[in-house]
Amino acid sequence: MAFYDPPVTDGLANGITIGSLVLAAWSLLTTALNRPVGRSHLVGLGLIELALAVQVVVGVVKMAGGERPEEMATFIGYLIASLLVLPVGAALAIIERSRWGSAIVALASLVIPVVIVRMRQVWGG
Amino acid sequence: MGDGRVSDGEVANGRAINAGPGRLLIAVYAIFALSASARAGFQIATKLGDAPLAYLLSALAAVIYVLATVGLARGGRVGRRIAVVCCTVELVGVLTVGTVSILAPSVFPDDTVWSYYGRGYGFVPLVLPMLGLFWLWRTSRPARE
Repeated sequence: MAFYDPPVTDGLANGITIGSLVLAAWSLLTTALNRPVGRSHLVGLGLIELALAVQVVVGVVKMAGGERPEEMATFIGYLIASLLVLPVGAALAIIERSRWGSAIVALASLVIPVVIVRMRQVWGG
Repeated sequence: MGDGRVSDGEVANGRAINAGPGRLLIAVYAIFALSASARAGFQIATKLGDAPLAYLLSALAAVIYVLATVGLARGGRVGRRIAVVCCTVELVGVLTVGTVSILAPSVFPDDTVWSYYGRGYGFVPLVLPMLGLFWLWRTSRPARE
């Protein structure tokens, strides 16, 4: 019943977590170096967003196939939220043309692993 | 969202609250506004009877986070005032509810954002209003540069 069952999903979730943490670390570094958001941040955000979209598709396919998360409504809420965090963060970060834009990317990236952990909890109980 | 322009009151006596570090603050508040609203909405819709006081408090916290986000993003004299009020209410709320939840846990059978000083959220609910009030205070004076 768990989200872990097929290894591909577990690998995807772990990959998203690691990627998010790497991007967060990079963004904190560029914040410390007083650099605004650049192409590297946007590419990182794009790749993670893509992986999150794949995860949503996998989640929806599983639910359509009859699997049910323990807390369905909450799980769907997290699926939707997982897609919103990075684009909103990216928009704010692009507007803010200073080191604080980098800090916003770091913040948004750190939210993703939390969302992943919560998704696993509400799926498996 | 604010674009960092200096608006009305700030022309005379301070800096914009919605630019620089302020924009990071808006992002943190937006995350809390979203998660607190979703959580409170879900709790009230599905199990209000279990712990009405806790869930209504969650809803109040959610409203305050939303208002604080709007105030900080809007900026200007009105935005600043909204943000000051919200941050103050938040600080009083987290200190009060945090203390009550330790001294009399039975008052809140289920956790709220502010229980145990926001421990369930990494104590961010405790630190956030302090950061907010500090930022609002800093920007209320003319820039030193």
